Amino acid sequence: MPRLSYLKALNRALADELARDPAVFVLGEDVRVGVSYVTAGLAGKFGPERVVDAPLSEQAFTGFATGAALSGLRPVVEFQVPSLLFLVFEQIVNQAHKFSLMTGGQACVPVTYLVTGSGSRTGWAGQHSDHPYSLFAHAGVKTVVPATPADAYGLLATAIRDDDPVVVFAPAGALGVRDDVEYADLVAVPLGVGRVHRPGTQVTVVAIGHLVQDALAVADELAADVSVEVFDPRTVYPFDWDGLAASVGKTGRLVVFDDSNRMCGIGAEVLATAAERFDLHAPPARVCRPDGTVVPFAPALDRAVRPDRDGLATAILKVLNNGRRP
Amino acid sequence: MARATDTRVGLYRTVRLIRRFEQRAVDLVDTGDIVGGIHPYTGQEAIAAGVCAALRDDDVITSTHRGHGHVLAKGADPARVLAELAGRDTGLNRGRGGSMHAADFAMGILGANAIVGANAPITVGAAWAARHSGSDRVAVSFFGDGAVNQGVLLESLNLAALWRLPVLFVCENNGYATTLPVGEAVAGTITGRGEAFGIPSVTVDGADPVAVLTAARTAVRRARAGDGPSLIECLAYRFDAHHTWEHRARMRYRSDEEVHSGRLRDPVTIQGARLADAERERVDAEVESTLDEAVAFALAGPHPDPGGALDHLYASGLRPRQGGDH
Ligand SMILES: Cc1ncc(C[n+]2csc(CCOP(=O)(O)OP(=O)(O)O)c2C)c(N)n1
Ligand SMILES: [Mg+2]
Repeated sequence: MPRLSYLKALNRALADELARDPAVFVLGEDVRVGVSYVTAGLAGKFGPERVVDAPLSEQAFTGFATGAALSGLRPVVEFQVPSLLFLVFEQIVNQAHKFSLMTGGQACVPVTYLVTGSGSRTGWAGQHSDHPYSLFAHAGVKTVVPATPADAYGLLATAIRDDDPVVVFAPAGALGVRDDVEYADLVAVPLGVGRVHRPGTQVTVVAIGHLVQDALAVADELAADVSVEVFDPRTVYPFDWDGLAASVGKTGRLVVFDDSNRMCGIGAEVLATAAERFDLHAPPARVCRPDGTVVPFAPALDRAVRPDRDGLATAILKVLNNGRRP
Repeated sequence: MARATDTRVGLYRTVRLIRRFEQRAVDLVDTGDIVGGIHPYTGQEAIAAGVCAALRDDDVITSTHRGHGHVLAKGADPARVLAELAGRDTGLNRGRGGSMHAADFAMGILGANAIVGANAPITVGAAWAARHSGSDRVAVSFFGDGAVNQGVLLESLNLAALWRLPVLFVCENNGYATTLPVGEAVAGTITGRGEAFGIPSVTVDGADPVAVLTAARTAVRRARAGDGPSLIECLAYRFDAHHTWEHRARMRYRSDEEVHSGRLRDPVTIQGARLADAERERVDAEVESTLDEAVAFALAGPHPDPGGALDHLYASGLRPRQGGDH
């Protein structure tokens, strides 16, 4: 069985979708050569009209994708740096996302925005280390953050087939994850459906993106003392509230492990919804980035602002102790 | 009514239709039937008429906040445009777009856009998609003098020229961006921006539909032949307010003398003089009866059901959570 890497899974999804649907094309910086690897080999196979190298004009080529999508194509726009999404927030949120409603349903904008290597990559400092998936969830743009290669394949394929704009975050911290999976077993994964990676009975940990692996490690470490269920929403918008309700219905306790800034991050929304809807036995907790984080350069400082395993273990034990530090 | 035609009478019919449409729309703003006001196109009618008369039905346009003229000249039904301005379910966009977002995809109108310059890359993407599909369709981006200082517009000029795309960049230089005179906003020239990217760029009399038509035909021929984009700067004067709020605010940024002399070059008079009196009167009467019907249709249309406020938010049919208790 092949050890499928996360990047290979994305590459494979793009190749399969390009082969399946002639309306699909890839657009971005250095995509012909494939510096991020996700587009490696695609230009040779599909030609420069399907794998298009654009000049460094993110606003224009993101708006361009909207125009192409309005004309029946399915562009996939790759971004090399997560904070470039701030530069094109207008084109995604204020344009692509709004066309369907504003035109009374005349238009759809099936663009996929793929961010290869989102979040901190240690050493890339303030302007290359953001993880703004909550921003898009807040804006109502469909947003996925796959944690595993199989999900990366399946969610990217679904994003491309979806009739709405979808942002796909491929966290830098997840790019090293490998799955034992046959290529033939790779399938599209529906949006808005979470996944329980590890069943448990005492506390639900909602872990997003690369933090899923950390959550699984912490669950293992604590296994002797506590039974942790690891719930990966996979899609942060639309969120799988029913899936989470089922998990929390069983455990009655909730910790969110989220690489967003604390203020208005998806973790905040999960806790708010849990407070409204779920019957919790103890106050919930979240482990996330500090408010308004700017990731500092020095590795120790970078690590200091990341939600990490120690923080998660502490939060789990605290929630089990009814909100008091054990 | 259909798209503007390139005959003497056809051009007159379109400029007259736009003029009277705008005047009636202003009346409906005054009566409160149109909420939020409009940006009247009055004085600039020759540009929409001349450009759209050089197009085919399957060509596409994108438009601006001052977009009624473009939408009408490209062939949208005046009754449905007016119903849209009045926020009715019978409007072009089912009352979801309003004055600044009127769109009619069946007529190649990819939407008016309320963000200055934002339509430019969308147009370029649509042009690329046309070529990609083997069609010789062209795409037109209308924008004001204010847009020439937007970075995304300059990026879009570069992309269109670089890829030799079938685009017409039509700049409507009406002398002002809201209250700021062109001379205080634009370093260099508008055509110079096009020329910097190797785009053939001309300045024409934007009060004369025939002058605009002539330039547009040349540009369309070049685009269809695969010879790339053109830029046409149309010099015009905005006869009315930037926006109807100005009717009450009485902003002082242009003198009465200037407005008076600006209105002397009137597209309706200029084209009207090319018709015999009887011919002109017949067209005027036709336009009036079209607009009588349009007003009646618009005001008779049902208001949209508030329960459907977020209909079409997602082309895929995803329903968002409600804001209140659920
Ligand atoms: C990017 C952007 N900045 C500011 C505004 C607010 N605004 C709306 S219209 C306008 C003036 C636009 O001038 P111009 O492009 O010359 O078009 P005109 O109104 O003269 O037709 C401004 C500043 C906006 N809609 N978009
Ligand atoms: Mg202007």
